Amino acid sequence: MEKTLHEISKSLNDGAVTSVEVCEAFLGKTEQMEPSIQAFISVDVEKILKMAVEADSRRTRGDSLSPLDGVPVALKDNIMEEGSVCSCASKILSNVTSPYDATVVAKMRAAGIIPFGRANMDEFAMGSTCENSAFAKTANPRDTTRVPGGSSGGSAAAVAAGEVPAALGSDTGGSIRQPASFCGVVGLKPTYGRVSRYGLVAFASSLDQIGPITRDTRDAALLLDAISGHDPKDSTSLNLESASLADTLAEPMDLKGIKIGLPKEYFERDGLDADVEKVVDEAIAKFKDMGAETVAVSLPHAEFAVAAYYVIATAEASANLARFDGIRYGQRSVDALDLMETYLKSRGDGFGEEVKRRILLGTFVLSSGYYDAYYLKAQKARTLIREDFEAAFEKCDIMLSPTTPTTAFKSGEFASDPLQMYLADIYTISLNLTGFCGISLPAGNSASDGMPVGVQLMGPALGEEKLLSVSHAFETSTVYTQY
Amino acid sequence: MSEQSSSFDLDSIANLARLELGETEKDSLRIDMEKIVAYVNVLSELDVEGVEPMAHAAALTNVVRNDRADASFPREAFISNAPETIDDELIKVPKVIDVGV
Repeated sequence: MEKTLHEISKSLNDGAVTSVEVCEAFLGKTEQMEPSIQAFISVDVEKILKMAVEADSRRTRGDSLSPLDGVPVALKDNIMEEGSVCSCASKILSNVTSPYDATVVAKMRAAGIIPFGRANMDEFAMGSTCENSAFAKTANPRDTTRVPGGSSGGSAAAVAAGEVPAALGSDTGGSIRQPASFCGVVGLKPTYGRVSRYGLVAFASSLDQIGPITRDTRDAALLLDAISGHDPKDSTSLNLESASLADTLAEPMDLKGIKIGLPKEYFERDGLDADVEKVVDEAIAKFKDMGAETVAVSLPHAEFAVAAYYVIATAEASANLARFDGIRYGQRSVDALDLMETYLKSRGDGFGEEVKRRILLGTFVLSSGYYDAYYLKAQKARTLIREDFEAAFEKCDIMLSPTTPTTAFKSGEFASDPLQMYLADIYTISLNLTGFCGISLPAGNSASDGMPVGVQLMGPALGEEKLLSVSHAFETSTVYTQY
Repeated sequence: MSEQSSSFDLDSIANLARLELGETEKDSLRIDMEKIVAYVNVLSELDVEGVEPMAHAAALTNVVRNDRADASFPREAFISNAPETIDDELIKVPKVIDVGV
């Protein structure tokens, strides 16, 4: 049952299979895989099957809500789904039930897409390994001694293990693309503002974006079509008319005339694994065989991106996470004697190690005397990084890089050195700082460890159509994403 | 911009962030934070003369909705998430005012 959304949709619409059968098959696979993978925090079987029955009866009556009516899609545990616990994999929110649906979930429901389980993640989306979850450590389905990546590690692992055909994740600094790369699936970070953030628990509001993790590019387009669009409930949501992206993928694009930029700073650096580079070079050769032209481009401020990102993201996080105070919802310390102790103890006990590090850094860079040197400086660096990208996109249609410098980390590899983990975000974070779009797609396996290697394609603001078309053309000519 | 690094006062920052930290936890956090702050100090090498700060990826404008009564969420759905309530009606909070002083 390792199928894509578009294949399942076709089978459903042809009457070859029912939604109940589809959901039962994925639930069966989930039951079989979960003891070793732990991709989910929870899966509500009854609720899923009830929605499947409803989808089937709509289809029988000829009242299907969309071609995707009755397909299951997993949700990262920071996306609110009415009536389900939304914990962000944190102890502090472990008993909090969502009073309403996130806009993406409401849109899924309007299309008949069935929310399938709460996918594990790094606590509050902070981390690159899925090890910072208060509940479980998700394993990489390709090698269970390795991490699935993060922070949307549960979403990527569930798709890679065949527990679900697709999932939603969120990407603040690479949290969709990096786990997709580590698990050998497709991950898309849309342009900032294309998808509503209403009902996504905020990590860094100027960087967060929800996007799909899927088996192929067509599914990424289908799912993005389903969840995107202007939302009056999110003031940063873009008001634009958008044609169906999936429709543009009917035929593979002719890559003749397409210019692919190769940022030299991303290739000429220590830390890029030789076997990863080899797979990426092969992908570049393949693009050239298909008629694309490559051009050298430069991102001169690339070396400042990680520092700027960690200052900005943690500053925003320290403000966003201030709301978790043990007063109105979430865990409250029972030992506290007064209000101040309630804050201190509820937060001290409720947050995990990595979240504390980030709140501390964010508080520091915003504190009196340090604001100008860190936060304001990082915001100016952000401007320079965006200008670098804009200049580069004048010379090319899209840019290409590795998604990550290495393949999936071994479990526990960065337990004692969080900074090393941050540095591995070098290729993904700039698209969050700039707000531009990017996709990670499987390009082959590392010769040394056999783990999947992702290639990242980067597009300018609202460049999804070309991004997906190029990705789709590549995919149709390779075997790696053909499940 | 001069006195950076080694200026991370863990106790004072943790208090600002309202985080109670255990002693062992503090030892490892002190090491981590020193390293992380030393790393982000790379920003001090960047010349930003005349560069405008960027707060957001999209150009933001104020968005207002029409001043019209709209359906609101059911109260119970929110109150039921509160750690402590009085009669499922009010959220109970710890003592705010110290009467003894």
